Parts: sequence; structure tokens; C-alpha cells
Amino acid sequence: MALPKYTEMRYRVWHYSYLVICTAVFVFLIAPLFVIIPLSFNAEQYIHFSDGMLALQPEAFSLRWYEDMIYGTKNPWGIAARNSVYYAFFSTIGATVLGTVAALGLSSRYMPYKQLIMSVLISPMIIPLIISGSAIFFSLAKLGLAATFPGIVIAHIILGTPFVVITVTATLSGFDDSITRAASSLGSTPTNTFFKITLPLITPGIISGALFAFVTSFDEIVVILFVAGGDRNLTTIPLQMWTGLREQLSPTIMAVATCLIVLSTLILIVTELLRRRSERIRGISAQ
Amino acid sequence: MAAEIRTSDGELLSVKLKKVERRRRTTAFLLAAPLLFFIVFAYVIPIFQMLGRSIDNAEMNSFLTETHEVMQTWDGSEMPGEDVTSTFYYELKTAVENKYHGKIATRLNYEKGGFTSLIKKTSRKLKNFDENANFLDQFIDVHKKWGDIEYWQALKRGTDAYHFRKYLTTFDYEQKFDGSIERIPEKLRINVTLWLRTIFVAVGVTFCCFILAYPISHLLSVLPTRYSNLLMICVLLPFWTSLLVRTSSWMVLLQKQGVLNDTLVSLGFVADDSRLELMYNMTGTFIAMTQILLPFMVLPLYSVMKTISPSLMRAATSMGATPFHAFRKIYFPLTYAGISAGSILVFVLAIGYYITPALVGGAKGILISNRIAYHMQQSLDWSLATAMATVLLIAVLVVYWLYNKIVGIDNMRLG
Repeated sequence: MALPKYTEMRYRVWHYSYLVICTAVFVFLIAPLFVIIPLSFNAEQYIHFSDGMLALQPEAFSLRWYEDMIYGTKNPWGIAARNSVYYAFFSTIGATVLGTVAALGLSSRYMPYKQLIMSVLISPMIIPLIISGSAIFFSLAKLGLAATFPGIVIAHIILGTPFVVITVTATLSGFDDSITRAASSLGSTPTNTFFKITLPLITPGIISGALFAFVTSFDEIVVILFVAGGDRNLTTIPLQMWTGLREQLSPTIMAVATCLIVLSTLILIVTELLRRRSERIRGISAQ
Repeated sequence: MAAEIRTSDGELLSVKLKKVERRRRTTAFLLAAPLLFFIVFAYVIPIFQMLGRSIDNAEMNSFLTETHEVMQTWDGSEMPGEDVTSTFYYELKTAVENKYHGKIATRLNYEKGGFTSLIKKTSRKLKNFDENANFLDQFIDVHKKWGDIEYWQALKRGTDAYHFRKYLTTFDYEQKFDGSIERIPEKLRINVTLWLRTIFVAVGVTFCCFILAYPISHLLSVLPTRYSNLLMICVLLPFWTSLLVRTSSWMVLLQKQGVLNDTLVSLGFVADDSRLELMYNMTGTFIAMTQILLPFMVLPLYSVMKTISPSLMRAATSMGATPFHAFRKIYFPLTYAGISAGSILVFVLAIGYYITPALVGGAKGILISNRIAYHMQQSLDWSLATAMATVLLIAVLVVYWLYNKIVGIDNMRLG
């Protein structure tokens, strides 16, 4: 981004102010996350940077809020974490299987009413969650599934499938049909071709769709507010954070938030690796 | 005459081709079918059923069917006759025996305030009624409100099987008992304010996201991959981080005793006793939503800008265009696709926002979704909640349709 020597003064000024603006926006994006991390190690009960923390005195920092998070008797974070993982795990499996199979059909040239069906399948992502939440709640309640484990998993499958459909269809849109034709001309059965040729090639897309579905379920808060119906045994991490944040900002929540930031960093790394792998396999640049 | 081409098994090629194509269409559809049926039955139909609640009053109608029928001949200009009052007496008696008079009271209270206590008191005194005496007088003896004709008019209207009055309420209008439609008293008008605020916030946040996203997407698209990948983390990490984590970090920052105010005070910009009110108002909602939705604008913009060849701008400047002119005439028009994709995505997400306004917005910063949730969960006025939800849904679907027209749903990309 270095400027050539002959650049006029006013363009020079403009260029550097542009870089300053960009830096400011990047700080605006990322800084709020990094404020939380040091505050979770606060030794005091208040959420602010104490003088001791600013002076980097070791006694101003502690792990007490992490202890409170894990061992605190009143804190349901253990149940919440277990539930969150269970819901996310099962709904990811459901959403990935349903979504991938549907994406295979949708990316076929012969798919009838493609636009219409695609719009219906994507709708859970577009329709405001407050509407989805109440509608799903009413229908689950009618089936007697409201505030039950399967009910929540069904709700999360609905919310997760659009992401799988979108990512897998995107992967398949760059897919070269002549590869599968080559396989069948060499005598491979369609099933064999799918498992030996197609599936390995679209796996990165499926995994990234599955990650989306996982995160959607893991972070989901609006629908579960309706569907879990205040049952403490069905609570999740976001639900617990929501309750906590409505009452009072506690340092324990900062500790939980820090753990979640670590988790999202891991997810980011996985998606980045997947993207590179996908580029390498297919020999094309990612979209 | 065209030659008849046959396949090796003796069939006409055209026939065989059609057969194969039909089989492929069926296969493609069958693959999409499980998810399609799941979404339609578990999601689309429930949404329509729920929205039906906004006009549906069938349950109330079934509680007081006969009263409703008898009342059809009553024109509401003077107090109802004995036929109405006696039918109502017997149906209310059945209701008390089967313990659904509470529901009747709640429902009628939406029509006219004061009905809850009126029905409850009347239900308690029902056993003292003399079934041979004048019912209207006895009703008035129990509670003088029964002498007010408006309660009888509300009873007539409240037992209709369908009604569209909640859509009027959604926009702060009401239907008087004489059928005229008027705006409700000024101090009760809250919904229109919320609609306007929601649209203002959605448009404003979309615009701010666009202004902030444009320069950084451009920078990301022109930097060498090594640096842009690094900077991309700043966009993707918030994108993958839980919404509640990001909202709580804004609470930490924006509170009166929060990090931002602390910093400003210690730097001497703001006096300790006049800390800025950044939270529990529109400012908080606005700032937090902009940061949370920014990645949804950056990603489509970036993917479009990445495809624009730098030689186009160079060609323009080499032919004498100033950089500004070249940008306006060449670069900017090429990014329209990204701008529309990002803007529509951000707008649709912003218009239905619920969590962040509820936590950061306070009373002055809540949006229409919060009002819907309030009616769903607290006031339990489901008809009103679903009427509002219907209006919101229509707004979103219009934008979704536009998105489909302009960008095409197939071109949606994530990350």
C-alpha cells in the first residue's frame, strides 16, 4: 500500500486518513471483545478496571470468577454447558444430514421450482426470530413437545438447516459434473460415485455448514426463551447469560464470555483451515 | 421429414430423453423433499397458524355462542332486552360451572377495560340470581357497570368469531362501538412510535454499517493475502462470537460506571458527575447493533470487491480521470451487487432485533420485536402480538423478495 513518490500532497493526506479510518473501524469491531477478557480476571467484584489492574499488580488479578463459574453452588453453568453441547450436537447432525441431501437436489439442473423451494428452505434464517420462536413454540406445545429435549432439538434443526443448505449449495456450484460422469463411464454405480467422488470433494462445504449449524444452536437465545419455558433443567449457556445480564452484570458472566471467545477463536481457526483445504483440493480460489 | 433416431433398445430418442429427464427431476425433488416437508410442516404452517390467531376469536365465540346469536338482532342503540340478558345469564352460569369464566373475563377485558372485575364479581353473585325476575336489573344490582350500554356493546363485539381490530391497535387506532375508526388518546400511543423507531434504527444501522464497511472491505480486498487474512480475523472473530458475549461487552463499555465513561473521566473530558448516558437509550441500541451487524455488510462487500480488477481504476486514471472521478464512475458502480446484498441482509436482521435492544436499549431503546415479546409473554394478548408479528413478517418478506430479485437467493454466501 505504499504510495508512489510522485503522489500529490492532497492524495497523500487522503490516503493516510483512509488508513486511519480503516484502523478505527477495525478497532471498533474487535476491541469490545478484548475488553471482556482482562475484566474476567478481576479480583474485585465490580466490573471495571481497578487501579491495581492498570498498574499490572499481580494481586489485582485472580481466577476466582472461573472457580465460581465451575464450582459455584448456585451457578447452573455446568448443566447449561452440558445442555448447550447436547442440543448443538444433535441438531447439527439433523440439520447437516437434511441440509446436505436437500442441497444435492437443489444444485441439480433438473430441480423443479428451484427458486421457490430455495426461498422456503432459507426462510428460517430471514424471518425474525421472535416470530419463529413463538410459532415453533405453539406448534411444539400442540404436540406436547414444548419444554422437552426433542422439542428444543427440532427447533434448532429448523434454524440450522438454512446455513447448511447455503454452504453446501455454494460448494456444489463450483463442482465439475464431468468428474462424476467420468466415474460412471468407468463403470461406477451412482451410490459408489457419490461416496467415493462427490462426498470427499464437498466435505469441506459440509463441515463448514455443520459448524454454522452448531454455532447457531449453541448461541441461540430467542427461540429457546419460548421453547424451554423456564425449565431450569433445560437451560443453556445463552439462556443463563440472558438471565444473568438482565439482573446484573457479574464478573462470572465475564468469565463465561471469555470461554466463549476462546471457543469462537477455535471455530475461526477450523473454518480457515477448511477454506484452505477446499481451495487446495479443488484447485480454485474460494468464493 | 426428420429422421427417426432410436436408441439401442429401439425406443425413440426424444421419448427416451424425456423419460431420463423426468427421472432426474424426480430424483432431484426427492432429495430436497425431506427437508422441504420438514420445514413446511414444522415451520411454515405453524407460522400461518400462529398468524391466524390475530383475527381468530373462535374460542370466545364458542363460549358464548347463543348470547352472540341472540345479540345479532340487538342494534345496540338502547339497553339489551331480556332475551339477551337471560341467554347471557345461562351461558355465564355454564362457564362458571366449567371454570372457563376467567378466560371470558380476560378476553372481554381487551375489548373494554374493567371487564375482568365485572365478570369475576358477577360470577360470584350468580347463584343469588332469581331466575324468574328481571335479569338486567339483577345484573345492574351486582355491578353498576352493567347499566353502562358500552359493556353490552363490548360483549356483542367480543364474541364475534373473527375480528380485524388488532390490526388497528397495531397502528394505534381503535374502532369505537358505533363503528367509527379513530386514533387512540395521545398518551396511549406507543405502537406507531415503536414502528417508526424500528424503521429508523434498521435504516440507520444499515447506513452506518455501509459507511463503516465500505473502506475496510476495500482495504481487505486490495491488501496482499498475508495481511488481509490477518485483518479478516477482526471481522470474522466477532462474526463467530456469541451475540450475548458481544452484547455484554457493550454493556460493560457503555454503562454509566463503564469502561468508556471511566476512560473519559480519567482523561478529563467528562466531569465525574456528568457521565454520558450511553446505555438504556437509543444511542446504546444503535452503537451495539452497528457493531454486531457490521460483519454481515463486510463479507458480501468484500467478496464483490475481490473480483474487481485493479487495472480498471488504473486505466481510468491513466486516461485522465481524477481518482475521485474514477472511483465514482468505475469502482462504485461495480460494487452495487455487494452493497445491495449487504444492505438487505443487515436491514432484515436489524428490523427483527430483540436481544440487544432488550439488554442495552432500556425503555427508550426497545424495538417492535420487544413489544411483540411483551404481548406474547407478559400481557398475554396473543391476538395483538400476532397482529404485530404479521405486519413485521410482511415487511421482512417484501425485503426478502427484493433480495431475491436483485441478488438472487442462489448467490447468498456466508463467510
